[in-house]
Amino acid sequence: MDKLAMGGYGVYVWSCFGLTLAIVIVNEWRARHRHRIELRDIEVRIKAMEARQ
Amino acid sequence: MKARQQRMLAVGLAVVGLAIAAALTLRAFKDNMMFFVSVSEVAAGEYPKDRNFRVGGLVVEGSIERDPGSLDVTFTVTDLRCDVAVTYTGVLPDLFREGQGVVAHGRMNNDVFIADEVLAKHDENYMAPEVAESLAQHVDEQTASLQEYDTECGKS
Amino acid sequence: MWTFFHKLASPPHFYRLAKTLIPWFAVPGYLLLVYGTYAGLFLAPPDYQQGDAFRIIYVHVPAAYLSMMAYMILAVAGGIGLIWRMKLAHAVAASAAPIGASFTFLALATGSIWGRPMWGTWWEWTDPRLMSELILLFLYFGYMALRGAIDDTAKADKASAVLALVGAVNVPIIHFSVEWWSSLHQGPTLVREGGPAMDTAMLYPLLAMIFGFTFVFGAMLLRRIRTEVLHRERRTRWVKDLVLAD
Repeated sequence: MDKLAMGGYGVYVWSCFGLTLAIVIVNEWRARHRHRIELRDIEVRIKAMEARQ
Repeated sequence: MKARQQRMLAVGLAVVGLAIAAALTLRAFKDNMMFFVSVSEVAAGEYPKDRNFRVGGLVVEGSIERDPGSLDVTFTVTDLRCDVAVTYTGVLPDLFREGQGVVAHGRMNNDVFIADEVLAKHDENYMAPEVAESLAQHVDEQTASLQEYDTECGKS
Repeated sequence: MWTFFHKLASPPHFYRLAKTLIPWFAVPGYLLLVYGTYAGLFLAPPDYQQGDAFRIIYVHVPAAYLSMMAYMILAVAGGIGLIWRMKLAHAVAASAAPIGASFTFLALATGSIWGRPMWGTWWEWTDPRLMSELILLFLYFGYMALRGAIDDTAKADKASAVLALVGAVNVPIIHFSVEWWSSLHQGPTLVREGGPAMDTAMLYPLLAMIFGFTFVFGAMLLRRIRTEVLHRERRTRWVKDLVLAD
């Protein structure tokens, strides 16, 4: 418990590490999400083109 | 082949040209890009007189005097050549202590620097407290040898 | 030698290669980050001056280093794309920008949070180190805005590569700002004459964080390049086959 207080600087230290974790998670999630969207968009376009033919 | 070499030359020249332009611009604005002036410059009168500015240096050991009952504090800042007295009213950063690097914002008034903001500056060394203690002896000797400096500085 | 490069630059080949490479970056990267975070927060001794507040270094320094490295990738890839007309290089540059921008923001934010208790200020508008890093963030924003504003991919590639190269002069300025001008920010701790000015018990977790973040950045970059390649090649046969295959 004492270690978590970080000698009175807990707010500063933990907010920095929390923010870093958030940035890493958002980066990972965005990269995966965009890839899924791209694959889906291409599939939709191909299907639409085939339906027209 | 030819076209590619031309593009390479164009990109190369553009980058070199830009680097030179940037270097010249930065040289021209060198003084304006300084975050603070040194104590020696202040002692020599080389500071902006018409506006507030920042002075940076080390807090002299034993020079801190706090007024009991208020937040008034006076201390001396040195660059190991010249000294300047600083007065300040307000909360000081956690790192503020004797021997510490500080940057004060304010103006000169009769050889005293009236600060409205005092920031602390730390160095690039990181070590455990135990290591620092064993080094402290050595540092004390160094600072002692640096005490005989004010002969060079006309004002103080 | 050249056939290797041509094969590497071939979109379908790179698309497959990147997929196999991602775990080789992500797994060691996250392992290093887990070790570095634990060791940095709990095993490393507190600093003699800053106490436990110095532990912010374990996220601030890697973020600041990545912000500059990502920009160098942006500029070098843009330059290669301009000279050799290599589409894959432009895809690399376009993919590096958002990740670089996020780490620049992280470096600025953690620096600000660190500056409050230690220096006594969140932000100083006239400090050269702080300003040059802020300009880096705006360069990333400008780069992404420029790409977004031009519909034609080939034109967007060219214009943004020029911007990336112009902005590259800022990277050495960030690094040397603390030596060329007076700054509230201290000089370099790791890259200096006489070796790192840091106890080894503090240094090893920091190195683990720096390498960990570099690997994780590599994995994120590869992932984004795959999406970018897919988008650019969306009208080609191999993408069609690939999408219809699953």
